[in-house]
Amino acid sequence: MAYSDKVLDHYNNPRNVGSLDRASSSVGTGMVGAPECGDVMKLQIQVNDATGIIEDAKFKTFGCGSAIASSSLATEWLKGKSVDEALQIKNTDIVNELSLPPVKIHCSVLAEDAIKAAISDYRKKQGSDVAVTAAQTVA
Amino acid sequence: MKSPIYLDNHATTRTDPRVLEAMLPYFTENFGNAASRNHEFGWTAEQGVEKARKQIASLIGANAKEIIFTSGATESDNLAIKGVAEMYAEKGNHIITAATEHKAVLDTCKKLEKHGYRVTYLPVQGDGLIDLQMLKEAITDKTILVSIMYANNEIGVVQPVAEIGKLCRERGVLFHSDAVQAIGKIPVDVNADNIDIASITAHKLYGPKGVGALYVRRRSPRVQLTAQMDGGGHERGMRSGTLNVPGIVGLGEACAIAQRELAQEMERTRALRDRLRARLEAGLDEVYVNGSMEHRLPGNLNISFAYVEGESLLMGINDVAVSSGSACTSATLEPSYVLKALGLGDDIAHSSIRFGIGRFNTQEEIDYVSDKLIDVVRKLRELSPLYEMFKEGIDLSTVQWAHD
Repeated sequence: MAYSDKVLDHYNNPRNVGSLDRASSSVGTGMVGAPECGDVMKLQIQVNDATGIIEDAKFKTFGCGSAIASSSLATEWLKGKSVDEALQIKNTDIVNELSLPPVKIHCSVLAEDAIKAAISDYRKKQGSDVAVTAAQTVA
Repeated sequence: MKSPIYLDNHATTRTDPRVLEAMLPYFTENFGNAASRNHEFGWTAEQGVEKARKQIASLIGANAKEIIFTSGATESDNLAIKGVAEMYAEKGNHIITAATEHKAVLDTCKKLEKHGYRVTYLPVQGDGLIDLQMLKEAITDKTILVSIMYANNEIGVVQPVAEIGKLCRERGVLFHSDAVQAIGKIPVDVNADNIDIASITAHKLYGPKGVGALYVRRRSPRVQLTAQMDGGGHERGMRSGTLNVPGIVGLGEACAIAQRELAQEMERTRALRDRLRARLEAGLDEVYVNGSMEHRLPGNLNISFAYVEGESLLMGINDVAVSSGSACTSATLEPSYVLKALGLGDDIAHSSIRFGIGRFNTQEEIDYVSDKLIDVVRKLRELSPLYEMFKEGIDLSTVQWAHD
């Protein structure tokens, strides 16, 4: 399979690899996928509790190059956004940015799920009852 | 060192220049139809074909009359299995095969099931070998054929073919073996191995694509096959169609070279394979060889790098041609059914790489590939949440994964 230049760039130079303090109340952690499916993404956000702005984002991904690129891109986009803005990120945005082929769309869906799971975790820690549902639709 | 490096010799092999040399005259001056009996062009073509028949037979301890030419392994497997099923339909309707067979065998059996045949798919043990006792118990009065491959195309595991053949002979059941990965790589002798029908293809042993053969035993027992294509009645009536003379000459030459060089080539490829394995295991933790090391083709290494996904691995070694059992690299988006049959779990299949080392590989290439792979695995493990969890002492099998 031929990869787009952007996928190759994220694969070769993944942004924001690492882990944040899972126990911190200002960190939200989302872990989605399963090893037997060949994809697991862990995405974490660190939110400024006063401003609601995502100040840092980290990821680790087990998966194909497109899965790595999708999560790497997601962390780039998350930084500097408010939590509400972050919820607007759609898997189709990732598909378009990385020129993912149809067989790799699930990678972008997983990245959107990971964003929502991380925000959901953060809000739970903050005691907010705003429910965040993971996207079920595949573009 | 030439780039990219080819280490996918189970998929296909480069045509040996000596093979190509032998073939060339049969495209040009010796272009005749081997079935033309009344002129020089036909005779020359026929001589080329008959020489090849002897060369192939010689490599596997057969008689030249027992070699039927086909277009390759898929056709050979189809002809063997469907040909027996049809010819011996009055005797019975039961076929036994194994879960790790090539799709050319499995899908042929599935097709026969739709036509009323009963097929037993034997499971394999953790090392990839079938259980002989299980085979023995699976044979019934209705069993007409056992089809078990000689060596597996993914994990290189070599089945106890001689014992399987002996069992079949005792019970009066025909034994077909898809031997495409074995012939030319390890000693194969249809008499010592008690094989009645064997599939051969040229492009796995440094011959051209699009030509293969079927060994069909002529005595004790005499095997008969119902032809699967109608036509001029070539090849003792079992396979009609004008013979691919240059291809057949190439297959013959490939077999002759293999026969001369088998012992030294086995030793050489085994040394390279063992070197690759040793270097990978020295450089990395959590590396697992899939399938038996003891009963294995010398040039095969199928290995899983735990906590790293196969396609991302291949991406990191894009100047090396290998295959992965990962779902992402397969047309079906399913992880390797062969590795699953070993009871390994999908995660290990997703993390697997198949190396096929062959005649033209060098130690320099092996060293380059192992160094590069170690780097890539380390890098990807830094990215892997699973490796992080493993390092934290978390048992991944106890984790509740969030499936969407």
